[in-house]
Amino acid sequence: MLDRKPIATGSDWSFEVLAEFEAEIARLADEYRLDTYPNQIEIITTEQMMDAYASVGMPVGYHHWSFGKQFLAVEQAYRRGQMGLAYELVINSNPCIAYLMEENTLMMQVLVMAHACYGHNSFFKGNYLFQTWTDAGSIVDYLLFARRYIAECEERHGVTAVEQLLDACHALQNHGVDRYKRPSPISAEEEIRRQKERESHLQAQVNTLWRTIPGRSPAETDSPDMDEEDPLGLHAGARYPPEPQENLLYFIEKNAPLLAPWQREVVRIVRKLAQYFYPQRQTQVMNEGWATFWHYTLMNRLYDDGLVDEGLILEFLQSHTSVVQQPAFDSPAYNGINPYALGFAIFSDLRRICESPTDEDRLWFPDLADSDWRETLQFAMHNFKDESFIQQFLSPRVIRELKLFKVVDDDQDEMLEVTAIHDERGYQRIREALASQYALAVREPNIQVQAADIRGDRSLTLRHIQDNRRPLARSVYPVMRHLHQLWGFPVKLESVQDNEIVGRYQWPLPEDDDAAQ
Amino acid sequence: MSYFIDRRANAKHKSAVNRQRFLDRYRGHIKRSVEEAVNRRSITDMERGEKVSIPSRDISEPVFQHGPGGRRSIIAPGNREFVEGDRFKRPGGSGGGDGSGEGGASNQGEGMDEFAFSLTREEFLDFVFEGLELPHLERKPLVDLEETRPVRAGLTRDGVPARINIVRSMREAHARRIAMRGPIRRALREAQQALEAEEHKDPALRNPVRIQELKDEIARLEKRLEAVPFIDTNDLRYNNVIQQPQPSSKAVMFCVMDVSGSMTQAHKDIAKRFFLLLYLFLERNYERVELVFVRHHTAAREVDEEEFFYSRETGGTIVSSALTLVDEIIEARYPPSQWNLYVAQASDGDNWDDDSLTCRDLLTRSLMPRLQYFAYVEITPHAHQALWEEYERVEAEYADRFAMRQIIEAGDIYPVFRELFQRRAASS
Repeated sequence: MLDRKPIATGSDWSFEVLAEFEAEIARLADEYRLDTYPNQIEIITTEQMMDAYASVGMPVGYHHWSFGKQFLAVEQAYRRGQMGLAYELVINSNPCIAYLMEENTLMMQVLVMAHACYGHNSFFKGNYLFQTWTDAGSIVDYLLFARRYIAECEERHGVTAVEQLLDACHALQNHGVDRYKRPSPISAEEEIRRQKERESHLQAQVNTLWRTIPGRSPAETDSPDMDEEDPLGLHAGARYPPEPQENLLYFIEKNAPLLAPWQREVVRIVRKLAQYFYPQRQTQVMNEGWATFWHYTLMNRLYDDGLVDEGLILEFLQSHTSVVQQPAFDSPAYNGINPYALGFAIFSDLRRICESPTDEDRLWFPDLADSDWRETLQFAMHNFKDESFIQQFLSPRVIRELKLFKVVDDDQDEMLEVTAIHDERGYQRIREALASQYALAVREPNIQVQAADIRGDRSLTLRHIQDNRRPLARSVYPVMRHLHQLWGFPVKLESVQDNEIVGRYQWPLPEDDDAAQ
Repeated sequence: MSYFIDRRANAKHKSAVNRQRFLDRYRGHIKRSVEEAVNRRSITDMERGEKVSIPSRDISEPVFQHGPGGRRSIIAPGNREFVEGDRFKRPGGSGGGDGSGEGGASNQGEGMDEFAFSLTREEFLDFVFEGLELPHLERKPLVDLEETRPVRAGLTRDGVPARINIVRSMREAHARRIAMRGPIRRALREAQQALEAEEHKDPALRNPVRIQELKDEIARLEKRLEAVPFIDTNDLRYNNVIQQPQPSSKAVMFCVMDVSGSMTQAHKDIAKRFFLLLYLFLERNYERVELVFVRHHTAAREVDEEEFFYSRETGGTIVSSALTLVDEIIEARYPPSQWNLYVAQASDGDNWDDDSLTCRDLLTRSLMPRLQYFAYVEITPHAHQALWEEYERVEAEYADRFAMRQIIEAGDIYPVFRELFQRRAASS
């Protein structure tokens, strides 16, 4: 029988006790070779947590009504007791900032430290998407820069003007990322240094692009040295842009004919922040699964080492169980697949496959069976995103445990059809379907800039490539209106299915439609 | 590599600006809700905030999304009875139930149709009184003013111990110590150097007398150095507080109501609401608001609030009795030089035949010159009588500080109130 020497008992905490627990968790994390940023653990009140929550996890954010709306929603839900405030919030920065709420019990504080300060933190540091797309060292500085810049713009140009611009940018922020290029990391100093320069340079570039606008003498545009000034060959009759562009915000920042330099800068800020959050949108299951797996492992180690008492571990298990609960599809509590449950199940099963594989596992994961589980988990965490992670590691056993099944909903068919269940024939199909369910390309409509009519009416044409005939939601009109504000000239959108245009939208609405309304 | 920071003492309400931006943006919606609430609420119920709902679609932040339709496959957990190839009716009829779950369908508001949130009491009242202004919110002139307010005014050399400014006192003491010790230190240093030089001389050349002299000098100087006090009475600095005359921020509101037989409880309720709005409004503009309740039938009496609104009396109506009493109370207790005077009168318009003329006389001659504002509401669906006509003549004379309106039912109160106190175009 182990002689327990718990660091503390009861549910009250103090800074000394937290520091002691933190040191113990750090020791264990080190043993498990979790590589983390330094932790900055901040104790805050409920109100402050609601503030932090409302600014979508940015420690400093610029002012915008949508954050106010978020705040009111959180506050209301909290007051009505609909929602326990998330007891943790962690920011991908270096040092990694994690918030602990003062109202939490001791167990919660320890759990949050294990979950956020070691789970999420090591994920932020290790996962390739985060390494590629974000720069944890400079994000806080950049946010400060953004906030100051936008406040300055508000002073110079009025709150309303900035607000409308931000509204428009926010509408497009999911389309503000180059998915196939590695972006340059964002750094505040760099931004400030280059910003002035960029303002003038950008405008010059745009001026070149829109050279054919009336007012320029034709002699000038036709002059033979044009090629020198027009390296893009924009005026040679080719289409612009020569290739479709998926980064709408970038395209607007660089090409919108009428935006003032400061407006381009604001577009850029929204785009940069969208980029910062881009990895988080794609690693929800992995990130939460990883953090949950580690808090589970670390808490159990604390118990095994006799550092916490039975009361605390029971309280923990109760909390943990409700976090990883997955209600069935027909339960009233069902709200989609719980990323905590799915991620935790996959990571836990990975460990099991490594440690005590069955014949089935040897068939499905010949490389993983009997490998070192720590290395395997690290490998999985480092090199995947939700889509590929599920594709790679969702085991038949997890499919059976969650009793996953696949339903096809086709609007040309009156009935829904179950096309796969958790059996031999279904595993592979379920795995693929679930993976694609997390693919950004499937979750969000694929919309690209097709053409900007730089000689004619300057209209902008977007192309929506339909995925399995799925149309756009009605929000397409308000978004196009925002886009129109940014572009300044008519905006068109074509929905394409199998190279055939099946839907056309445009803003402003054509005249005859106006009359009809 | 971890450290804890206690941020609990930091500012809360970091989102206050964003919250305000949101309220500003949806001003129209919120105002509508507030107006409904004012009309719906019971009279005593102005002291809390209000829940406001805005249709979600009005405040949505649109993004490109997939709409219903097309072909999609959904993975769901918790299969019990299905086997591959099962076909069943589409639940709910619409295109595909609640979608694929993770698609961001419920990232906020739990898919509610209404976005609901609460206004605080302050915000609520802000909206209630938005765009309203007290007429003649002139601060009483400073000349004949007895009211003062203590104000910080720099530092002095004398004062009471409670007002000692420690930082400044210590700074003074430090400066004085430097100034006083400087010359002594210099002399001491010189003496020590001389002594050292003397002692390093060849023993034959030493002058014992000189050495002794220097030693004495050093001892004397050291003593003087020690004698410089750490802090001296001269160093003490006190926060200075002076009394500054203050424009009057007191107001008194006279509620005058007819309680004759013709006023029913419904009438009184309406009057009460009107008085209450006015009270809240005054309260926001003045630091202190006193209430005086005057009720009258044929005779007027000053009563407390309870009696004012709830006890019943019957009889005829002589309005001038109340106005006379108001006049007397002002005379006795509220000198107009110090008080901002407001009168709100509610009546059903009945009055004793000849009395209306007396009322006008009383108003124009004695009351109106002293009042900030006189608001009269007539609660009646019927035609106006003599009182109204006489009051109209008063209004003509004192257009900027006398106002009258008719209220027919409870729903009119708020609009009438707004009309009475509508911010006027800037006029001097």
